Amino acid sequence: MTGWRADLPLLWRQIRNQNRTFWRTPVAAFFTIALPVFFLVLFSVLFGSAEVAEGYRFSQFFAPAMAVFAAGSATFTSLSIGTALARDQGILKRVRGTPLPSWIYMGGRIGSAVWIAVVSVVVMFSVAWGLFGFVMIWDNVGVAVVLFVLGMATFSALGLSVCAVVKNADSVPAVANAVFLPMAFISGIFIPLDDAPGWLIVLGDIFPLKHFAQPFGHSFNPFHTGEVIGWENLAIMGAWLVVGLVIATRFFSWDPKGSR
Amino acid sequence: MPSAITVKNLVKTYGDVTALDGVSFAVDEGEVLALLGPNGAGKTTAVEILEGYRQADSGEIDVLGFRPDAGGRVFRDRIGIVLQETGVEPVLTVREVIELYGLAYTRRRPADELISLVGLEEKADARIKTLSGGQRRRLDLALGLVGDPDLVFLDEPTTGFDPAARRKSWELVEGLTALGKTILLTTHYLDEAQHLADRIVVLNEGRIVAEGTPQSLGAAQAVTTVRFRIADPSGLPALGDGPHIEGSLVTYRVTQPTADLYVLTRWAVERGVDLTGLEVTRPSLEDIYLHIMDQTDSEGRQG
Repeated sequence: MTGWRADLPLLWRQIRNQNRTFWRTPVAAFFTIALPVFFLVLFSVLFGSAEVAEGYRFSQFFAPAMAVFAAGSATFTSLSIGTALARDQGILKRVRGTPLPSWIYMGGRIGSAVWIAVVSVVVMFSVAWGLFGFVMIWDNVGVAVVLFVLGMATFSALGLSVCAVVKNADSVPAVANAVFLPMAFISGIFIPLDDAPGWLIVLGDIFPLKHFAQPFGHSFNPFHTGEVIGWENLAIMGAWLVVGLVIATRFFSWDPKGSR
Repeated sequence: MPSAITVKNLVKTYGDVTALDGVSFAVDEGEVLALLGPNGAGKTTAVEILEGYRQADSGEIDVLGFRPDAGGRVFRDRIGIVLQETGVEPVLTVREVIELYGLAYTRRRPADELISLVGLEEKADARIKTLSGGQRRRLDLALGLVGDPDLVFLDEPTTGFDPAARRKSWELVEGLTALGKTILLTTHYLDEAQHLADRIVVLNEGRIVAEGTPQSLGAAQAVTTVRFRIADPSGLPALGDGPHIEGSLVTYRVTQPTADLYVLTRWAVERGVDLTGLEVTRPSLEDIYLHIMDQTDSEGRQG
């Protein structure tokens, strides 16, 4: 064994295995991919296909938001629920008793979650483009990719910290959704925050999702002027990434029903 | 023979509860050692410390030359763990999980070989969630052996099995010993320990209360029962703790059966009476086990 490079094939097999597990679990695939696409379709139909701004339709502004929503739930919600379930089933405990390094197992789960996030973003943009007149704007794709990478790291770390703090698998879906859905609303994912009261804006600013969703939306907004991304976006997401990493590494238990 | 496992003065407490209170034992290479005891005796705690899942509060531990909690990947490459509470991905197939878990080991056994070893050929491509409880336990065993380990930990391998399934897994374990594997087995079934183990360590309330081969444990703690019927029990010699007389049925519990039987039969022959249905029973391990548990219990109460 020559260091971590020799382990990359092992990591790759773990990612593929987690993907296989994901696609064979219909409920996970539905909530992570189908539901956000369904929201896109529903809202796009509801708000009409008329132009909302010259030459651009509603989906131009809504598809990026739904892409962030889907990517966030693939990492934060799905990753935490899937990991907690595996822990409850004693899978994590079994893995701990094998020579597979912990980081490769967790890397497999995270890698698979990120891959599913990528798939759902691609599906989202394709459906928006095919059915609802979304126009791909390529100028800021580089910035969008950077945001996406940071966002995935942050929400993966936060997803695993939910798992670290909540020991009982039955409670994890409730906790993850109770955190993520309100966060989506106060981050302007479903409804723009233009008319929201000041305190709600501030509340949204504290959490990381807004700092992912807003600049990501700007990247594909043809009318956006000025910088796509602000330093505060990177700083606040980065801070949450650190918080997530600290909690996930300090308090995570591999034992079913909490550590004894 | 060199030791695969050496444990000295192992102590582990959870809050006020002392799970292990100065436990010492050794397991030789190629030996099958059974840790026998009731639930809560400390068996699982001891095994989980040896597997590296838990840390002892104090004591010396050597497993295959490693300290289990610090042995890491190299250590776990050489052991196989079959635990009760470990699961597998329910949507994967038997072959998929065996291949997947095998990847991390340097010496891995082919999936097909393991599948036929544990008799899961018909379920090889079935998803785990469709397996019965017994089939799941056999898969657990296959996963414990996938890295061709030198040392195998079996935690209550047949709990909840019907008699046929137990026989079947005993055969599997006997197959392992034929391959020269060292096995540490925990069980609360006496017949299982007696059947599979070369040596038995009896644990109760975190202490070792007896230790030896199935035979020597019997001999050391033995109380042989002598039973017969006689029309007139008057004048019977006093032997062991007897005679206990219930009507015509006489029972002795003796510790020196050879000498005591001689006294008894001479007494009968001299008087020309018959000891009808004379029966001499060696105690089962179960008798010994209950006897030891009784002693520890009453000592506990006195203390």
